[in-house]
Amino acid sequence: MLSTSDGDNTQGNLVQQAKALVTQLEEGNSTGALDTINELYQKRDFGLYQEIGKLTRNIHEAIRDFEVDITIPTTEDESGSRMADASDRLNYVIKLTENAANKTMDMVEDTIPISKELGDTATKLKADWQRLIRRELSGEEFRNLYKEMNGFLEFTADKTSNIDSNLSAILLAQDYQDLTGQVIKRVIALVTNVQSNLLDMVEAASKVERIVGIDHGIDESKPAVADIVAEGPAVNADEREDVVKNQDEVDDLLSSLGF
Amino acid sequence: MKILIVDDFSTMRRIIKNLLRDLGYVNTDEADDGNTALPMLQSTSFDFLITDWNMPGMTGIDLLKAVRADGKLVNLPVLMVTAEAKREQIIEAAQAGVNGYVVKPFTAAALKEKIEKIFDRVDA
Repeated sequence: MLSTSDGDNTQGNLVQQAKALVTQLEEGNSTGALDTINELYQKRDFGLYQEIGKLTRNIHEAIRDFEVDITIPTTEDESGSRMADASDRLNYVIKLTENAANKTMDMVEDTIPISKELGDTATKLKADWQRLIRRELSGEEFRNLYKEMNGFLEFTADKTSNIDSNLSAILLAQDYQDLTGQVIKRVIALVTNVQSNLLDMVEAASKVERIVGIDHGIDESKPAVADIVAEGPAVNADEREDVVKNQDEVDDLLSSLGF
Repeated sequence: MKILIVDDFSTMRRIIKNLLRDLGYVNTDEADDGNTALPMLQSTSFDFLITDWNMPGMTGIDLLKAVRADGKLVNLPVLMVTAEAKREQIIEAAQAGVNGYVVKPFTAAALKEKIEKIFDRVDA
């Protein structure tokens, strides 16, 4: 466990002192023997301190790298850390997706009444038109139909351009997919980087703990009963046994419970 | 028929509201979590509750339990519309007394079917 660079030297010293200790004991020189034992202790402690010092330096370096990684300014804001930047970016994703959803729903809500009115008017006109074909219309009714047909054609010409522009707006609102995709990829890169730095730190810290014999007494086994915690959408439902994959499986499960 | 829609995302509330309107249910109100929803349910007479599970504040499952524990709300039909898809969660919701469970993403047809099924059963 002692460092190898001084290892041979240390080893030689230890052998020397051990021999001295044996000689002192055989000669009945207990005071001398105790002194030698003390020196041995000091040597051991010194080696230990050296090793801990080295590992502590490793941890510090890992932490420093970690901090460097999260404080490199990626925008003009020099003070911003990458972590704060990642949060900002993800908030930006939420904002973009929310805006896109609202914009799309605005357009849909604007279009539905137009399409409904077109359909309703066409249905009514169709009935009148059938009566016209069957020559059932009076002169008065024909003049009304004539006017209504004109109005309907004008309304259709006018409103279909509305529908067109609404559909184009819906199409354009999907541009969030590209923008958010780019942002999310950057955040994934950061998280991966942070994870690897954390692993380095944990590794260095565990070496120190092993040497100084620290035992946190952490129980590695999983708790027997865990509370059910909401976890959001199951992103890898196909690979998991504990989640349902679709509504049919929900229905099957519920009906198996007597629903 | 007065329906309370509970979801922390306003867009999801809006989608559900639109789907309900298509189904002919125009009298709806909204809340963004259980803490907001529960007093609304207690002070106003709602006929139906549609709730998400995962919300900050009070979650949907806790709201469901609170509803079932409230003498006046104990029989209120509750439909859970959520992304939570773990079998144990669906079982927990069922045990807590949910009337229907729809996983997101869902279709208009699935929502319609569950709502109608719940009303058929309530009316029966």
